[in-house]
Amino acid sequence: MSDVETEAPADEQTTTETERRSTDAPILEIRDLEKRFGGIVAVDGASFGVERGSITGLIGPNGAGKSTTFNCITGVHTPNAGSVVFDGEEITGLEPHEVANRGLVRTFQIAREFPEMTVLENMMLAPKGQLGESLWRSVAPVARGEVVEQEERMRERAWETLEFFEIDHLAEEYAGNLSGGQRKLLEMARALLTDPEMLLLDEPMAGVNPSLEKKLLGHIHELQAEGYTFLLVEHDMDVIMNHCEHIIVMHQGAVLAEGTADDITSNEEVIEAYLGGDV
Amino acid sequence: MTARDDVSEALSRQPQWIRDVLLVGGIVLATYALFAVVGLAFGVGVNSIVGTFQQITFFAAVYALTALALNLHWGYTGLFNIGVAGFMAVGAYTMAMLTAAPDGSPPGLGLPLIVGVVGGMIAAAAVGFVAALPALRVRADYFAIVTLGLSEIIRRAMLSRSLRSFELGGYSIGSITVPTVELGTGGGSGIRAPSTDVIANYLLFAGGERGGDPTILGDVLFGLGGALGVTRSIMIQGTYTLVLIGFVVAFYVLLTRIAYSPFGRVLKAIREDELAARSLGKNTNRTKIKVFMLGCALMGLAGILWQGSRTLVSPNNFMPIVTFYIFVALIVGGSGSNTGSIVGGFVFAAFLWEGPRFIRSIARANFDVRAPPTIYDAFASLGSFDPMPLVGYLIGSLDEIRFIFIGVVLIVLMIWRPDGLLGHRKEIAAATDLSRRPAVTDGGETDE
Repeated sequence: MSDVETEAPADEQTTTETERRSTDAPILEIRDLEKRFGGIVAVDGASFGVERGSITGLIGPNGAGKSTTFNCITGVHTPNAGSVVFDGEEITGLEPHEVANRGLVRTFQIAREFPEMTVLENMMLAPKGQLGESLWRSVAPVARGEVVEQEERMRERAWETLEFFEIDHLAEEYAGNLSGGQRKLLEMARALLTDPEMLLLDEPMAGVNPSLEKKLLGHIHELQAEGYTFLLVEHDMDVIMNHCEHIIVMHQGAVLAEGTADDITSNEEVIEAYLGGDV
Repeated sequence: MTARDDVSEALSRQPQWIRDVLLVGGIVLATYALFAVVGLAFGVGVNSIVGTFQQITFFAAVYALTALALNLHWGYTGLFNIGVAGFMAVGAYTMAMLTAAPDGSPPGLGLPLIVGVVGGMIAAAAVGFVAALPALRVRADYFAIVTLGLSEIIRRAMLSRSLRSFELGGYSIGSITVPTVELGTGGGSGIRAPSTDVIANYLLFAGGERGGDPTILGDVLFGLGGALGVTRSIMIQGTYTLVLIGFVVAFYVLLTRIAYSPFGRVLKAIREDELAARSLGKNTNRTKIKVFMLGCALMGLAGILWQGSRTLVSPNNFMPIVTFYIFVALIVGGSGSNTGSIVGGFVFAAFLWEGPRFIRSIARANFDVRAPPTIYDAFASLGSFDPMPLVGYLIGSLDEIRFIFIGVVLIVLMIWRPDGLLGHRKEIAAATDLSRRPAVTDGGETDE
């Protein structure tokens, strides 16, 4: 992936943030996160951190609160208590678009492509700081010239990213016509175009065939080498154990264990939780 | 290679907008030809055929204007606004109240027409803003209920006796004294304001007074009309209709620029999956409010141009059924396509609106069609092989039967072409051609 320039980030905050952040602090830190839905406590005081540049796995039995945690981090839900700190900045309770604009971008368990838009339109939506997203610039005769220029630059980048994910032959298809696996690729490609610092992938391998899974994992490792950070929720233990440097196990809304693959496989409590010991 | 292939080959080399103009023009001319042939075959005079064309084109233009505005809300952004009539009412009433004569009944402010038009658009956008703030937080189907309710509230308020005529101002803030102004909606009897079709008078007559000396344009048009045996009043109405067509073009250019832009892309993304759009960093709430206000302003303008061209602006012209007619026009044309909105407006006006009236006037002129008192009588005489009473009954209750007809057309369309006439087209939301290999012909950035 080349760094074809995008326009200067919309908010100058990001650049100043980049300068002052230290490299060894966790890029994402969750503290005592709590989320209740009526009487149900979905997340009950979860705390963990994600190292910059790592691939971190988040696992746990069904109902452990993984997806709710994801939703609390990305602003879909507002947590009842606790805090989320991304890149040294408090992002608790921000709107989803505010979280995304700070460089923390997610994908969904079931891919959420825009079905009646082409793959290229899906891609072109993603980049930040698009001049043409302002109504008057899109319409006014002179300002529109800049918009067209920017579109041409973004088009290059969109095509390159599609080639990287090997779905460029589908560029002019409606996204709704893609297979499940291709949609996952599209979603990840689209998320990358936002220039994120970190990607949250919610079950990226679900419904993906083994050869595509291999390809996707290859892409994730390549992107990690470029400096991206990943947090993935996944049920496929092979993926988690073989590809994540750090694994977080959630159970009943809280973090049960944390560590490397070896730590986790030898952890009695984890085995108990997965095999359904006493509750 | 046949001639037909040659033509389609030559067409495919033209830019999209030229093909669209040809398409719309072709549909319009074919329809006129059909009406002319049928009319002349049944002995309808040239004057009344041209009159029918004038009516069709007028309704086609106003339905195209409203369908275009609705397409921005519903076709592009997925905002299910079924309160279109209400926003049209806000525009038309604001215009009327600002421009009506101060000594009229109800009194107005007597401001120039242009102030009224701009004021009407601003008022419609403002009402749209107030409606959007709470309404955009609710789910799509509740949003529909809110907009329908709002449009009825507006209409009932215009009907209300307590707003028939009222006073504003007459108090002081510090040293500034706000003068008392008398205003009113006129209640059920409506409000009499300068009609927007005075624009036609200014174009056709020197000094803008009907009956004055004709301008050059007036000379040409009246000469043409005289040669064909068409009355002056039809030519004057026709000129206003031409002004409306100018507005249709302006709406179309504006909305097409929005459609082919990053802003339009965000709108489509909101329609497809709002959460996904937000998760990619798009501030969808702000975009929805902006686009809702813009659409409402356009609806207000359409209301001014349509209802403001009558002598009276009255609440009965803003019944919810108007909104549904506009939806029919948009669905027929294909929601999501601006060209489709114009085609839909025209097809609705020609075949569903004016067509039945045209048939009725032909039938009344040529046959002895007296409607029997009940449908039973109509069928009873059909038993004795006399179809005329049934035909008479159908002609007599055409306004009601039109609803059945519209329903049938919609059902057939949903089976045969679920996306409407032009809704199947791929219209890529981008300011530039996204394909790697730039097309030989220009993609459309240069059309100003």
